[in-house]
Amino acid sequence: MSGKRTFSLTDGIETGAAWLLAFLWLLPLLYAFWSAFHPSEYATRFDLFAPLTLDNFRTAWSRAPFARYFVNTFMLVTSILIAQFVLCTLAAYAFARFRFWGRDVAFALVLVQLMIMPEVLIVENYRTMSHLGLVDSILGIGLPYMASAFGIFLLRQTFKTIPKELEEAARVEGCGMLQVLWKVYVPLAKPTYVAYGLVSVSYHWNNFLWPLVITNSVTTRPLTVGLAIFGAPESGVDWSIITAGTLLAVAPLLAAFLLFQRQFVQSFMHAGIK
Amino acid sequence: MRFSQSALNHVYGWLLLTPAAILLIAFTHYPTAATLWQSFFSTGTALRPAAFVGLDNYLFMLEDDVFWTVVRNNVIFAAGTIPVSIAIAFLMAIWVNGKLPLRGLARMSYFTPTILPMIAVANIWLFFYSPDIGLLDQVLGAFGLPGHNWLGDPDTVLGCIIVLAIWKEAGFFMIFYLAALQSVPPDLEEAAKLEGASRWYFFRRVTFPLLMPTTLFVMINAVINSFKLVDQLFILTKGGPDNASSLLLYYIYEVAFSFFDQAYAATLTVVLLAALAIIAIGQFVILDKRIHYR
Repeated sequence: MSGKRTFSLTDGIETGAAWLLAFLWLLPLLYAFWSAFHPSEYATRFDLFAPLTLDNFRTAWSRAPFARYFVNTFMLVTSILIAQFVLCTLAAYAFARFRFWGRDVAFALVLVQLMIMPEVLIVENYRTMSHLGLVDSILGIGLPYMASAFGIFLLRQTFKTIPKELEEAARVEGCGMLQVLWKVYVPLAKPTYVAYGLVSVSYHWNNFLWPLVITNSVTTRPLTVGLAIFGAPESGVDWSIITAGTLLAVAPLLAAFLLFQRQFVQSFMHAGIK
Repeated sequence: MRFSQSALNHVYGWLLLTPAAILLIAFTHYPTAATLWQSFFSTGTALRPAAFVGLDNYLFMLEDDVFWTVVRNNVIFAAGTIPVSIAIAFLMAIWVNGKLPLRGLARMSYFTPTILPMIAVANIWLFFYSPDIGLLDQVLGAFGLPGHNWLGDPDTVLGCIIVLAIWKEAGFFMIFYLAALQSVPPDLEEAAKLEGASRWYFFRRVTFPLLMPTTLFVMINAVINSFKLVDQLFILTKGGPDNASSLLLYYIYEVAFSFFDQAYAATLTVVLLAALAIIAIGQFVILDKRIHYR
C-alpha cells in the first residue's frame, strides 16, 4: 500500500499537463521574440538556422515616434501614481482614524468606483474634459484615475491594523496630525504602497480605451495607443516589424516583471486579498 | 476640551477626504448621474440644440438590432470566458502550489499575460488567427486540415475573442487561488492522508469548499471584466464582421466617437451601469448569506 507508487503515473500526467499549459501560455511571447529577431521571410517559417537580426527593431523605432510615446507613458504613470499616493493616503487616514459625520455613507460612495470604473463613463468624462479644456493632455488621461477607491480601501485596511498607541505616543511627542500620518502611518504601510504601486503602474502602462478617447496627437499619446496605430493594417508594416514594435512597448514592464517576479506576484496577491 | 476634540475630528476627517472626494464626485458620481440625465435628451447639433425626448432613446434602443446583437455577444463572451478561465486558474494554482518541478518558471509563464498590455498581445494573436500563414492554420495544415479565416467568419470570431480573454485572465485569477491555497493549513492534508483519503476526495471535500469564497470573489471580478475587456477588438476585429464580435462597451465607444451620437451612447451606458449595479447588489446578497452561515 505504498502511496508514492500509485500516484506516480497520475503525477506524470499532471506534470505534463502543467507544462503544456505553461508552454501555451508563453507561446505568444515566444513567437513575438522569434519574429522580431529574425528577417521577415522567417516571420511565419520556423527554421532553427534562420539568421538573427536587429533590423526590425531599428525599422520599428524609426517608423513611429516611440521615444515620445515612452516619455508620455512614463509621465502618465508617474503623475497618476504620485497623485494616487497622496490622495488615497489622506482619504484612507480619514476613514481609518477619524469619526466624522457621514463617514460610513462617504465610504460606501467611495466604493462605488470599484464597480463603476472610469472606463465605463467615457462618454460623460469626455464631455467634462472638454469643458475643462483638458482634452489631449496627459493630465486629462490621468485625472479620472487619481482618486482611486481601490487605493483608499487598501490603505484604510492597512492603517486600521496599526496600533493606536503608536499614534498617541507620537502625539505626546508633539506631532501634529499630518506629522503623525507621515512619521507613523506611511512608513508602517510601506508593503501596501509597494503592492499598490506595482498594480497601479502595470494597470496604467497597459490602459488603452480612455487614453484612446481623450488623446489625438503624438505629444500626448501613450504607448498603447501609439502601438494600436502602428499595428493598424492601413499602416502597411509587416509582422516582424509589428512584433518588434510590440516588444519595444512592453520591454520595460516585462523586464521589471522578470527581474522582480516574486515581488510582482506577491503584490498582486497582497492587493487581491484585502 | 473633550467636546472640541471630537468637533475637530469632524473637521479633520472631511479636510483629509476632500481632495479625493472632489475627484471621485467629478469623474464617478457626477458622470453616472449625468449619463442617466442625458439619456432622456436628443443629441444636440449646431443647428438644433438637445431637446427633452423622454424615453425615445430607449425605444430606439429596443428597436436597434445591433444593440441586441451586442448584448447577445456579451452574454456569450461572459459565459464562455468566466467558467473556463476560473477552472484553468484553479488548476494553475494547484499545480504551482504543489510539487511541480521548476514551478517558479511555470508560475511566471502563467502570470506573464496579466502584465502585458491587451493591445500588445492582440497584435501577436492577430498573427495566430490570420488565415493560411497564421500559426493556428499552420498547425492544422500539418494535420492535413484546411485553413480557415478565423476572424473573418461570424461563426468563429467570437470564439477567438473568448480564447484570447481566457489566456489573458487565467493567470490573474490564479493569484487569488494561490493566496487562498497558501492559507490552507498543511496538517489538514496530513490528516487526510493518514485517514487514507484519496487526493480527489480531499480536493472535493476540503480544498474546493475552502476556496469557495475565493471563487466568489474571482467570479465577481470576472463578470465585471467581461463588460470591460474590449481593447482586443480594436486590433483584431473592430467589432466585425457585421458586429459578430462587438461587445457592449465597444458599441458605446463606436456610437459616441465614430457616429457622434452622444445621447444614444448615454442610453447604452445606462444599460451597462444597470448591469454593473445588478452585479453589485448580487455581490451584497451573496456576501450577506455567507456571513449568516458563519
